[in-house]
This record gives sequence, structure tokens and C-alpha cells, in this order.
Amino acid sequence: MGYILNTKEINEVFQNWKKDSVIYAPILMKNGGAFSDTDSVHYGEIQSIDEIVFDQKSDFSFKEILLPISETLFYFTEDSVKEPEAPVKQAIIFLRSCDLHGVKRLDTMYLHNGAEDPYYKRLRDRVKFVLIGCKDSFESCFCVDMGTNRSDDYHASMELWEDGVRIDNKNPEWDELFAANCSKQADVIPSYVTETETQVNIPDSLSLDVMKSSMWKQYDSRCINCGRCNFVCPTCTCFTMQDIFYTDNGKVGERRRVWASCMTDGFTDVAGGGSYRQNNGQRMRFKVLHKVYDYKKRNGIHMCVGCGRCDDVCPEYISFSHCINQLEDAMKEVNGNES
Amino acid sequence: MDINTKELKKNAFRVTKHRGLTASRVRVPGGYLEARFLSMIQNIADTYGNGTVHITSRQGFEIPGIPFADIPKVNALLQPIIEGLGINQEKSGEGYSAAGTRNITACIGNNVCPYACYNTADFAKKIEKAIFPNNLHFKVALTGCPNDCAKVRMHDFGIMGMTLPHYDADRCVNCGACVKACKRKSTGALETVNGKVTRNHETCIGCGECVLACPTRAWTRSQEKFYRLTLLGRTGKKNPRLGEDFIKWADEDSILKIILNTYDYVAKYIDTTAPGGKEHIGYIVDRTGFEEFYKWAMKDVTLPEEANVYKPLYWKGVKY
Repeated sequence: MGYILNTKEINEVFQNWKKDSVIYAPILMKNGGAFSDTDSVHYGEIQSIDEIVFDQKSDFSFKEILLPISETLFYFTEDSVKEPEAPVKQAIIFLRSCDLHGVKRLDTMYLHNGAEDPYYKRLRDRVKFVLIGCKDSFESCFCVDMGTNRSDDYHASMELWEDGVRIDNKNPEWDELFAANCSKQADVIPSYVTETETQVNIPDSLSLDVMKSSMWKQYDSRCINCGRCNFVCPTCTCFTMQDIFYTDNGKVGERRRVWASCMTDGFTDVAGGGSYRQNNGQRMRFKVLHKVYDYKKRNGIHMCVGCGRCDDVCPEYISFSHCINQLEDAMKEVNGNES
Repeated sequence: MDINTKELKKNAFRVTKHRGLTASRVRVPGGYLEARFLSMIQNIADTYGNGTVHITSRQGFEIPGIPFADIPKVNALLQPIIEGLGINQEKSGEGYSAAGTRNITACIGNNVCPYACYNTADFAKKIEKAIFPNNLHFKVALTGCPNDCAKVRMHDFGIMGMTLPHYDADRCVNCGACVKACKRKSTGALETVNGKVTRNHETCIGCGECVLACPTRAWTRSQEKFYRLTLLGRTGKKNPRLGEDFIKWADEDSILKIILNTYDYVAKYIDTTAPGGKEHIGYIVDRTGFEEFYKWAMKDVTLPEEANVYKPLYWKGVKY
């Protein structure tokens, strides 16, 4: 069902939601940027619609709500183990189509890749999604080429228009609430983009031979292995473990999992002191091929959703989409070498 | 030719090595100006000077080769520059009202530089507004971060930007980027403890390298801006020396007050027989002792609770 609500009406809906849910959306963090007097757009808890940043892409994705950056899995003493309680409240997350496709990638890894991950599942089961329609794309977006520009997999969609907040609701539980708070019903179709300024070409001929291309070498010196591209990515799912013994009492502690990055030092360290992929170019190659090649072989869809956040965040101006677009020539290069 | 050189100098013109020719000194607080003023400066140099300009060591412009007789005309042409740059003036159309208190210099600051912790040009203008015109010989410089590109320790008052880093342990993935950046580029104030980072507030200089290095925004900048104030550095023939740290984690208002208070202190204690009536503040403090200076400088100053004051101060420098 479609509804058009004014600000007051939508905030009534939010008040109602907040009784049993936390609402997460991209919000402006004043002076939250790395440079002084710069802001940043992060996910955070909101109380009203005017806090939501609709006209910018969030620097970080929704991912940190479903997969906390640092999560304590359990506490241990000498003879017992205790898991932290799951949150009591439900969560409602505002996100764009690319990110909603990102949720599928997280689900694939944490729910459908062997055993279900209970820590992920208990958060995932509590979440409902509100799609933020995209009237326009941003400079670095390439969702159309990744097939993620549209999504029907939302509970509701919301967009700001002159006549109010246009909502398409697919969640029957919310129909009564929207109807009670709205003066106008209408057919609403969420906006989506059909063309992006940045475009990518993943060659059909792409094979692992591309590993031998010289294209990866440029990243040995260009990349500084900071891992920002991984941390802003809505589809990166790697984590690492920390077993901590508290300093005041070394017999008790906790096990945490924290996000990991295939671009930073230590990611491929193995027992015995070995370490694979020591060059940044090799790390870049692994990441790129995982995002647009081997993940699809295993799961049927590309991992990358084309949100372009990795392009936006890279302090060295390395563009992921530009890297993808070098693959065709790289394949020609390696095939040519063989003949 | 009859020229009152005392009045000439006060009007920001210079006695030069060329008899009969002067040079006009244009002050540019923070070294920051709209490009349109450059054509006005060019016009003065072409019309009344010798067609050249010197970019001064204090980030102003010096226009040489001006005949003394043309000073009133030059002052008329300076008026839109003086007004445009917001320079306080006693009488419109008569040029600069003093030259003792020098142009406030600054690095480019956070208008451009990623390391800078504040807008140096804005703070420079604020200080300029508060202290100029004044005949006393004061040198103030600002720099965005402790890299000190503006070399503020060579000035009476050196202001270095600081940010108080805030740490959100829940956003930290223990990548080690901040610890490494702090150790290799700054003071090594960070340490990894149990997969998270602890900061030593005593050794932290608020440079913000941790914030810049952090890929997850576990480190963020404080909403408030903080500054380190260094005191009484100087060049010169007698005893050049670097300014010493006076206050760490100071705020803008306190710094403005301390500078203004120091004018009162200097007015009271300056050696009136000093050559040209000029005496670096440091020599006065050498004479009165630091405690007397401190008493005057800190009058009615309320520092933020984060502030650390270092005293008494001792300076080294070159002695002959």
C-alpha cells in the first residue's frame, strides 16, 4: 500500500515504532570527519525524520548494526562462560537499494554458508528494512552495472518529496499504523536510477589467469594497506578473534570478534610465522577478484554491490571501479603473453 | 627633504638604503587574502614603486621604490586593501596606524591542509582585530598542528592547533594504524592493551594523527578546539631562542586574553631607553622574572579544565 505522510505524521509513526524498536538511519555527525571542521554521515539511532540524511551517501554502511565492528561473544571465568544477552528491542534500518542487496551477501555468509552464525542470526531476526529510494546516483555509484539499483525486498520504502514522505509499505503489520497517521493514500513506486556516471565492465572472459597481469603491480606502491575500503564495504564479512584476559584479574576475560581487512597487515599470517599476500598489489588482486569473480562462482551473484564507498574513502584515490575496468585489458595482456 | 622617520615608520613605511625612496608594508593577517587584492598591490608597485614586490618573511607584501612624496597617494590606494582585509585603522585614508605589532602569520591551516586542527586564518584575523594597531613590538604566529610549519616557536606567542582525540572502543578493530602513526610520526602516546588502544594524556600532543590514521572512526576529533601556546621565542642579535611550551590544551579566549594582558605588562616594564623604543618581550621577562610576567599575563584568565600550565619557564638559545 502507498501512503503520503507529512513530517508530523511520519514522526507519529516513528514514535509508535520506537516503543519496541530502535530506528537506525544515516545521520550527520557534526565534526565527525577525519579532518578538522568536516562532518561525516554515519549510521546512528534516530528519533525523527529530519535527522535522516537523504541527500548524501553514508560514509559507512548499515553493516555495523547487523555485524558489530567489535562484538563480545562470551565472557569467561575460571569455570563458567556467559554470552551477552541479545538486544531486547527490534531494529528498523533505513538503507538504499545497493545496501539492501548487501544484506543478501551478509546473509549468504552468515546464514547459508554452512552452520548459521547465532550471533548474526539473533540480530538479523530482529531487523526490518526501510528502503531509501534513489532519485539520482552519486558520482562513484555503479549499482546499475552490478544489478543492485532496484530492490523489492523491503518492508517499506520512504522518500522525501514536495508533498511529503512517500511510502510504499509491504509489511502488513504496519498498514494500520500508516493508514491511521496519513491524510493521503496513493500508489507509490520507490525511485531507482537507471544509469550511473561511473560504469563498470566485468569481462565475460575473466579467469584466474588475470592474476598474472602486470596491472596489480601499480597497487604495490599506490595502496597504503589501511583497510578503509574493507571497512566501508557493505559486503565484506571477514572478522578476527581476540581472547582477552582482563588486566585486573588475569583469570577472567572475554572473547571478541572484530572486523578484519584483507588489505591490512596480519590478515594472512599463519602459524609458524608465514604470511601470504605481502604485497599490496596482491591484496588488491585478491579483494577485487573476490568481489567480482570467485564469490559469484560459489554463490551465483557478485559480491560487490556497486555502492562506490571504497572509491569515496580511499585516501590514495584508488578507484575500485577503475580497477574493474582494467580487467579486460589485463585479460588481453595475459592471453597475449601465452600465444 | 624633511621627513619625520618616526611617523613614517609608524605608518608602516620604511627608511630604505635608497635616499628619498621608501617601501610600503602591507599586512595580511594569516597570510590569507582574496586574490583580487593582488592586482591592487600590483597597481601600487607599478604606479608609485619600482614595479617589484617582496613577499615578506611575515607573509605581507613590501612595495619598494616609492618616493616619499607619493606616500599620501599610496595610502589612498591602500585603503581598499586595509578595509578589505579588516585591518583596524585610526583614520581612514591615511594608511596603517601602527607598525610595532607585526603582521600575524599563519600556515595555511584547515582551509586546505588535512593535518591542521583549526582555521588558522580565522584565528589570526581575530587576534589581529584584538591587538592592532599597537606600537609595541609583538610577534604572533599560528600553526595548524604541532608539525609547526609556521615556525611559531620563533615568535613571542606561538599557537599550535590541537585536537583532543576521542576513542570509541566499540569501533576499534585493533588494526594498529593509530599506534603506528603516533609512534612513527608523533610522540608515541598510544599503546595496545588487550586488543584496544590506551592513550597517555601526558605525552599526547593532540596532533590528530590517530584520527587521521583510523580507518573505522574509532578515533574522532573533539568538538572543542584546543591549542598549545608557546612563549617568547625570538630571533635577533643578542640571544635568539625558541619559544617554550607554556600551556597545553588552552582555548581561544584564554590565548587572546593572555596576549592582551601582556601588552599591559610590557607597557609597565619596557625599558624606555631601549634602542628605537623596541624591546623583545623576552628580555623584559628576563629582567622582571617569570613570576611577575605570569601574574600579569594570567589576569582574569580562566583556562579550560583540560589545560596544563608549565611554569616556571626557562629558555636556552644562543648566547655569545
